[in-house]
Amino acid sequence: MRFVFKTRYDQDIDLAKDGVQQFWYAGLLVALLVAPLFLPDYWLAQLTFVLIYGIVAVGLMLLAGFTGQFSIGHAAFMGVGAYMEAFLAAKGWPLPLSLACAMGLSAAVGVVVGLPALRVKGMYLGIATLSFGFIVEEVFARWESVTGGNTGKPVVNAQLFGWTLDGAAPFYFVCLVCAVAATVMALNLLRSPTGRAFVAVRDSEISAQSMGIHLARYKSMSFAISAALAGLGGALYAHKLQFISPEQFSLVQSIDLLLMVVIGGLGSIHGAFLGAIFLIGMPQLISLGKDFLPPAIAQAAGLQGVIYGAILVAVVMLEPTGMYGRWVKVRTWLELYPFYRRGMFKRQKSFQKSERLK
Amino acid sequence: MLLLQIIVAGIAQGCVYGLIALGFVLIYKATETVNFAQGELMMLGAFCGLAGVTVLGLPLWAAGILAVVAMAVAGLVIERGIIRPVLGQPAFSIVMITFGLGYMARGLVTMIPGIGTDTHSLAAPYKGEVLNVGGLVLAAEQMVIIAATTLLCAGLFALFRYSRIGVAMQASSQNQLAAYYMGIPVQRLNGLVWALAAAVAAVAGVLLAPQTFVHANMGFIGLKAFPAAIVGGFSSLPGAIVGGLLIGLVEAFSGFYLPEGFKDVMPYVVVLVMLAVKPTGLFGGNARKKV
Amino acid sequence: MTVLLSAKNLSVRFGGVLAVNRVSFEVRRGEVLTLIGPNGAGKTTVFNLISRIYSPTAGALEFEGRRLDDVAPHEIATLGIARTFQNIELFEHATVLQNLLIGRHIRRRTSAWSEFLFMPSVREAERDARRKVEELIDLLELQHYRDSLVAGLPYGVRKVVELARALATEPKLLLLDEPSSGLNVEETEDMAFWIEDIRRDLGITILMVEHDMALVSKVSDRVVAMSQGEVLAVGTPAQVQANPAVIEAYLGTAGDLSSLRRPKTGVPA
Repeated sequence: MRFVFKTRYDQDIDLAKDGVQQFWYAGLLVALLVAPLFLPDYWLAQLTFVLIYGIVAVGLMLLAGFTGQFSIGHAAFMGVGAYMEAFLAAKGWPLPLSLACAMGLSAAVGVVVGLPALRVKGMYLGIATLSFGFIVEEVFARWESVTGGNTGKPVVNAQLFGWTLDGAAPFYFVCLVCAVAATVMALNLLRSPTGRAFVAVRDSEISAQSMGIHLARYKSMSFAISAALAGLGGALYAHKLQFISPEQFSLVQSIDLLLMVVIGGLGSIHGAFLGAIFLIGMPQLISLGKDFLPPAIAQAAGLQGVIYGAILVAVVMLEPTGMYGRWVKVRTWLELYPFYRRGMFKRQKSFQKSERLK
Repeated sequence: MLLLQIIVAGIAQGCVYGLIALGFVLIYKATETVNFAQGELMMLGAFCGLAGVTVLGLPLWAAGILAVVAMAVAGLVIERGIIRPVLGQPAFSIVMITFGLGYMARGLVTMIPGIGTDTHSLAAPYKGEVLNVGGLVLAAEQMVIIAATTLLCAGLFALFRYSRIGVAMQASSQNQLAAYYMGIPVQRLNGLVWALAAAVAAVAGVLLAPQTFVHANMGFIGLKAFPAAIVGGFSSLPGAIVGGLLIGLVEAFSGFYLPEGFKDVMPYVVVLVMLAVKPTGLFGGNARKKV
Repeated sequence: MTVLLSAKNLSVRFGGVLAVNRVSFEVRRGEVLTLIGPNGAGKTTVFNLISRIYSPTAGALEFEGRRLDDVAPHEIATLGIARTFQNIELFEHATVLQNLLIGRHIRRRTSAWSEFLFMPSVREAERDARRKVEELIDLLELQHYRDSLVAGLPYGVRKVVELARALATEPKLLLLDEPSSGLNVEETEDMAFWIEDIRRDLGITILMVEHDMALVSKVSDRVVAMSQGEVLAVGTPAQVQANPAVIEAYLGTAGDLSSLRRPKTGVPA
């Protein structure tokens, strides 16, 4: 059993709360740094995708989990970043500059998409973002001169300080740097007034206003940051796949992103990465499991959809706090052993209250 | 004359959207949940109708009734098994569940050996017949859709106007705990609402099937019903139908007059305009929290 | 005796209902002024007008001589007005500490960009905010609940957290909406002491809505009695309680009262 004895306010302000946490996070970082030495190319690529989707998930987590704004068309921001990056890379722009531009454009689009948020809430906002998602996808398909239309657009390799990133390992490091930077920045935001303002907007808008929080400004900011991160993820995604087309940024992708944050655990940054691991790892697990299933089921095209859907339903019903929530319970059990009390995390039966009147 | 032709086509398509939107609004009014699987319910209804016609050899109207009954039962089961345990969680979570249900429905249908991945046509006895009204060519399919929708709406209107169910539904959506205290059988009501919404979706599916063919991705057509519900106002049942008609008309006109690709996007542009101008929709009311 | 807040002929109409009708009163710096009245009198509506949740349809509100007509709801806190809510509007999925820290929002000196990078200035600002908030936690004895999520807390504690959060903004004027509703006798006594402490030690002017007449008499300097959206009387607690119009609004006319007394047989009335 471990007890953390607090003597300074800094211990609450710091990211890693004590020596043990610092040790584990440092270990994780080291493991990620040396991964290219041990992992075969295929698994390294999967890990790269986990990092890329993790970045997007962090953005969506900030918006949906911490600011409480529904965004059902989030893949559109990924698409904006991806196409901007493809466009600039083709012109030979260096990576940091093109990434910055991709993020900037996505952020601008994010502010525009967030405009309905200033007037409507909840499901209305969800449908507004859904509509934007469709419109942006259609723009990608129609604006053929820039995006190559429905036939898609090949993406050249990234240029960084003069040398071309065409190997799996160098690009992995770029993604790792971006992922760590995005995570640290998000965590910094959350432990400072801006992050708390986001939470205030989520929990009670009227109260937030009476505390001096300008709703419009913080909602727009949340959309902008979230879209910028999605754009960053999209840009990296474009380089990794080396080919993008409008259907990669459709409603199905948007729902996958939401699935990621809900299964990972809404309201925690850890959840973003756990969700990304789920999203990338599940297809692998399914193909592994296919050997054990009768051929009629294993070969069916719809198997992945059924499994994803079932897991999503199960998570919301049985463990609404997601993978991270379950991990917290396990960790608490381990920390408090043998004094863990069974009712510690028991959910109260909740009754529905109207969200229209929030 | 061409104008009238387009209008009729738009109205017919709009009726289908309106029916799906009606399902949304029913569920939203009762439980403040948005059911993103409504399109999939429609798809399942169409498949039931297909099964009725091809496997059981029933005439279309009988297969339609079978589909309605089957989907009503499905709606009850979904509400009892999946939605009821999670009511009380934030709306976002319940929406995610409906996404999950949609995934599962699509996946399960595709997994049916042989049938799932194909596109099937549902032969309607009136297929191809046309009515000639003073130069205006009206396809029988369109007329059937419009007629069926009108009948259904009249029935639902009578149900809500002349029974206490409507008021009880609203009460349980605004404050479930208080509704319980008032003796409203909240859970039974919710089951009824889901059954009704699923049945309406089944009707939409069977009506739409002769036109669009029956296939697993049919549910995506249902996404256009969201603009319909928003335009009409999410808390208004007549609004859902009117919204659907409007969206159908917008689609018909933009399909004809605007360049390619706009047809699919226009309904969403209309949504955004509506949200900017009158977020509560044409018929929606304004509710505000009293602190 | 400076006037901090003044309402002049304040009126607001919702559809056909005149919720507040030509209400005028003044809140003097350093005093505790209480609004009393039966339910539906318009007291919380007046609060909502001051917080700019509603806009008046007639009349004016002035704070420190400045009219509030075009102040946005989120600017009220920067002017120095804080409030608590009748039905508790806390941030349910945050801890008590986070709720109180959100109260420090208007005193923020750092920009979003510096927060991204968590520059030393941000850390220093965080420590400062924490120190200030800890003073309030000490004052209101919330130490035990510091890291608890608000969602699981008992009602009495939540009321105190809401009070602490309002104080965290370092207001000049504090609007308390029914501070003792739902509290037991002991908690109400604590509340009375705290209101005194807030006025005396923190120098904050208090405008409150209250139903508990014992608390009102104990704590208030002056009382404004309202009924049906109008002001009936203004004065000290004793004066207002003796005012016939007030008695009529609360209890009915004096005539009704005597008819309720059961006649005692054989004893002269």
